[in-house]
Amino acid sequence: MSNRFLAHLGRAYLGLILFFLYAPILVMAAMSLNASEFYQLPFKFSGEWYDRLWNNREILAAAGRSIWIAVVVTVLATTLGTAASIALYRHDFPGKRILQALLFPPIAIPWLITGTAMLIFFFGIGIGRGTPAVIIGHVALALPYVIVVVSARLASFDRVLEEAARSLGASAWQVTRAVTVPWILPGIIAGGLFAFAVSFDQFVVSYFLSEPGDTTLPVLIYTSIRKGFTPEINAISTIIIAVSMGLMLLAARFTKFGGDR
Amino acid sequence: MAGTIAGQDRRKAFMLLSPAYLWLTVAVFLPLSAMAYFSFLSEVPFDGRDWHFTIANYRAFFETGTYATLLWKSLKLGLVVTAVSVVIGFPCAYVLAKVVKGRAREALFLLVILPFWSNSLVRIFSWAIVLRGNGVLDRAVNAVLPWDVKLNLMFSPTAIVIGLVHSYLPYVILTSYLALQAIDDSLIEAARSLGAKRRTILWRLILPLAAPGIIAGAVLIFVPVVGSFMEPRLLGGRLGTYYGTVIEDQFVAVFNWPLGAALSFILLAVVLAILAAASPVLKRAAT
Repeated sequence: MSNRFLAHLGRAYLGLILFFLYAPILVMAAMSLNASEFYQLPFKFSGEWYDRLWNNREILAAAGRSIWIAVVVTVLATTLGTAASIALYRHDFPGKRILQALLFPPIAIPWLITGTAMLIFFFGIGIGRGTPAVIIGHVALALPYVIVVVSARLASFDRVLEEAARSLGASAWQVTRAVTVPWILPGIIAGGLFAFAVSFDQFVVSYFLSEPGDTTLPVLIYTSIRKGFTPEINAISTIIIAVSMGLMLLAARFTKFGGDR
Repeated sequence: MAGTIAGQDRRKAFMLLSPAYLWLTVAVFLPLSAMAYFSFLSEVPFDGRDWHFTIANYRAFFETGTYATLLWKSLKLGLVVTAVSVVIGFPCAYVLAKVVKGRAREALFLLVILPFWSNSLVRIFSWAIVLRGNGVLDRAVNAVLPWDVKLNLMFSPTAIVIGLVHSYLPYVILTSYLALQAIDDSLIEAARSLGAKRRTILWRLILPLAAPGIIAGAVLIFVPVVGSFMEPRLLGGRLGTYYGTVIEDQFVAVFNWPLGAALSFILLAVVLAILAAASPVLKRAAT
């Protein structure tokens, strides 16, 4: 077999993988525009399900709740995470490696365990279920991602710039505001988009922490699917996928995604 | 640096760090401790109920065998999904890292890992539509094949594996790609010019060098799959009882939180053991 033939074969394989990854999503999107309620083929175009979605109070309320929770989580996680990243970058102190290692449990432990543990603890201390509990949980899940992304950006920051500003008489806060933060801004924006995505797409932790009847969008979708699904769910799911993929494309513009540019 | 400056320094670091770590403590580390405590209770200690310390919840796991069997079932599911993902994903990462060049590579790479950042619940739901009897896949296969086949994968273990592989495949592609990219092309050139066969280069050069990336990806897949409950529920139907779904039941259906806490904690122990065993490799893969 020649090298060129192998290269073609490789590209075809890559195409097959992409087909596997995207085909079901496209089918779902197509079915949200199909007239049949039972996903019957042949395909007949209809915007009915989007119309119905627009009039479905329950779904719209859940979507609104999901969005504002994600906004609050983004602000909190980005602020706390950026502060922590700057401290980890600027200062050396005993126990720093332990603090960095502590970022991994929230990412590495299955959300089922974290979610049920939060449920128990929040009930124990009186927060209980509901939106505040969901926000507290989401921020904790998003924080490590923000710190990792912002720290990666800080790694390319030249400390001499801070020292120069300091020697010219700027206070530590001025240096942070006028020198450090502008430089790492792409990292902060990317971190914020990740935080938004972590919260907006989060199902498991929200599932255990949200109050029935007062849920986030993914939880509502899960309970609706288990009751028997309708094309309305396809419609809202299609919108969700488009939103979260759009967000990530945006984040990719602000961060290196492991590619070599 | 003088002692006072170092002290000031430390105070500033503390002020910047404490909000984030306080949050993690309240939302992750204290809850995990609370769960450990709960797992030794006989009853949920709210509403003035009677409770006492007991190891009955752990005995339920070790003596009845039901839960252990389900944990084993979940571990097997994890192994199958991980193996399939590695076998499918590694060649894909190789093509991306070593065959495709330039801007096309960047775009394709982004396309491959994009679904990973989109809603996993929605992606599982999309498979439910594709796989159901008389659904799209059924139609497509019957359109291609001349004879009539009844293809209803929905509510089968195969459906669960397909859905989970779809969810987690980007992990192993990502980590393998990063490892493969770090391999210098001239190394492969050198081996080739010295007369090494393709197969020799793959087994003696590329795979050993990419191993940390592959293992990191495998661990990242295995751990969440063992704890999965939504995917088996949606795609497995009545056959979809796994260790994760039993834990879910304790919290949302049966309300036996102490038993759920004990089962969660046993799962956490298994997960931590796996992470600890893989940590030397994971550290190497991270650098």
